[in-house]
Amino acid sequence: MSKTLKSLLVGTALTAASTASAIELEVTHWWTSGGEAAAVSKFAEAWNATGNTWLDGAIAGSGGTARPIIISRIIGGDPMGATQMNHGRQAQELIEAGLLLDLTDVAEAGGWADIVNPSSLLEACTLDGRIYCVPVNIHSSQWIWLSHAAYENAGLDVPTDWNEFVASAGDLEAAGTLPLAMGQQGWQQNIAFGAITIAVAGLDAWKAVNIDKDADVARGAEYTTAWAAIANARELARGSNVQDWNQATNMVITGTAGAQIMGDWAQGEFAVAEQVEGTDYSCLPGLGLNPVLDTGGDAFYFPVNDDPEITAAQQELAALLISPEVQVSFNLAKGSLPVRGDIDMAAANGCMQKGLEILANGGVLPSGDIAFSQDTTLQIEDLMAQFWSGDMSAADAQAAYAQLIEDAD
Amino acid sequence: MTVTSEPPSRSGKRPAKLFKNWMAKLASLPMILTALVVFVGGTAWTVTYSFTGSRMLPKTDWVGFDQYERLWSTDRWIISIKNLGIYGGCSMILTLVIGFSLAACLDRKIRFESAFRSIFLYPFALSFVVTGLVWQWILNPDFGLQSVVRGWGWESFTFNPLNDPNTVIYGLLIAGLWQGTGLIMCIMLAGLRGIDEDIWKAARVDGIGTVKTYVMIIIPMMRPVFITALVLIASGIIKLYDLVVAQTGGGPGLSSEVPAKYVIEYMFRAQNLGQGFAASTMMLCSVVIILIPWAYLEFGGRKRG
Repeated sequence: MSKTLKSLLVGTALTAASTASAIELEVTHWWTSGGEAAAVSKFAEAWNATGNTWLDGAIAGSGGTARPIIISRIIGGDPMGATQMNHGRQAQELIEAGLLLDLTDVAEAGGWADIVNPSSLLEACTLDGRIYCVPVNIHSSQWIWLSHAAYENAGLDVPTDWNEFVASAGDLEAAGTLPLAMGQQGWQQNIAFGAITIAVAGLDAWKAVNIDKDADVARGAEYTTAWAAIANARELARGSNVQDWNQATNMVITGTAGAQIMGDWAQGEFAVAEQVEGTDYSCLPGLGLNPVLDTGGDAFYFPVNDDPEITAAQQELAALLISPEVQVSFNLAKGSLPVRGDIDMAAANGCMQKGLEILANGGVLPSGDIAFSQDTTLQIEDLMAQFWSGDMSAADAQAAYAQLIEDAD
Repeated sequence: MTVTSEPPSRSGKRPAKLFKNWMAKLASLPMILTALVVFVGGTAWTVTYSFTGSRMLPKTDWVGFDQYERLWSTDRWIISIKNLGIYGGCSMILTLVIGFSLAACLDRKIRFESAFRSIFLYPFALSFVVTGLVWQWILNPDFGLQSVVRGWGWESFTFNPLNDPNTVIYGLLIAGLWQGTGLIMCIMLAGLRGIDEDIWKAARVDGIGTVKTYVMIIIPMMRPVFITALVLIASGIIKLYDLVVAQTGGGPGLSSEVPAKYVIEYMFRAQNLGQGFAASTMMLCSVVIILIPWAYLEFGGRKRG
């Protein structure tokens, strides 16, 4: 009797296993540069190793191109198995419309509340006490990447903070090197704006504007100093005609530009070019002045599906993405920081160690993705694009920026 | 009295009239439904929701003209409108002039006419995305036209329209003209071939010069052809989007933005449907403002004549 029961149980378990293994999940993301593609393949390998199939749905172009495609597919009733998105307010309306899978059970089973560090990442995935996404990495934008080749060529020491960089810019230019590489796209210019503001105007002013949306501070003296610094940076980047961020990073790698302000994902490009931190390039978190990092990053969302088998596979994938082994292999390839505080990242390079140290010391900012709606973000990016490409005065730009902060919702 | 007696007799006839040619009516039903539901219905829906504060999903919280006020106080929209004005004006005039000139040249019974016709029409076979990319490369100062000419020895030659905010729209115009004039040339050529040989003979007998014959006699006779060409060019201008995305991405900065791109980006990237709908409604208005006087002249005039 018990033997029959046992064999029956084994039988059902086998069927369950075999049906689960037949699942093919389409995963959409916009990780298409060399370093990013190497990182996403770590996810695919781990998922395929469980017997399931990872159907890669890479969408070329940055998040700005991919996000509308992803959202229109979810809204249009053609949901993918899982999709990358940045955390924060982007997905809020989709969640409110009931289009994204509730992962609270998976999160409780995995004890996410205890392991995710900083906890703000999980809060960004939470709406009304339910969890809707898996954070997979921490990306921060407040980094400047410096080319050793460019500085050696000009016979200069590599700067250790933003002020030294600005001071060295004249000599770099004299040596025929463009001081600052800048991709001519609003979001990249906005990253540079944010990083310079934190470094120059200080953390309190940044928080007042970005979190409390205090337009008076945006009109105030600290921001006037910051805008002057940005107008100066604009002159340092004149003649940088590249569009994409990785083309700008490439200018730093080849030494045709002295530096680039870009998020830590730039590190993946240095890794693909086989450059070594400390000898070929340097990184300065918080531009070397104010060592704080924001904790934006990527998260995976799982659109609601009618098929219970797919739902089960989605939950399995959600648990896999945050598991310790996958976190280590993925983040080493991506150049980002892991979302778990409890794993060993001894293999990480100097830049990542700097980042981990800052996180451990609690130097954490909320990311712009979490603070502003997409609408406000695009308006700010439009302003940045207009400012960086033209001759708009710093005072005009500051006034326009303060107005956007005042109107922000 | 007559009014009351009429309905029964008419209602007796009506089914017959309704079902007359019923096969043809049935066949055109899908198109009628598409026109009503998709075009008219979709337009009405968009206009209605442009008065709401809809974000990612349409909602009915009415905000009056707020979206329009914001739209017209946005620099990016103003720049877009100006760009479309410059591009539209230049494109309209130059396409017609170049298209007609090329057609007139081919019409002079030159040798290898069909070869030239194919060459001129060839760009039209390429999509705007390909056109944009090709011209982005040609106009790139580091390995495009500028570097080629400098390579020939003219070191000071500068031709870099795409990286200068003041000239980028003309860079787009070059690509647009390259792509679009071939088709207009073909339409013009067809129109020219439709002109009776006797007209030319009569003009020659009267001693009128070739250019004058074209301007004073042939062009007025080709009025319908010109209207077709105008409609084609105008629709191409108003929906200008993919060329910009492929060639400049709206840059440098905001200097080559166009209204259609504003609509798409605010609807999907900014997840602000209300703002996108307001912008698309303004695009519709501009089309209607041009279209109504033209339709009045065109069709009203015909009735009188």
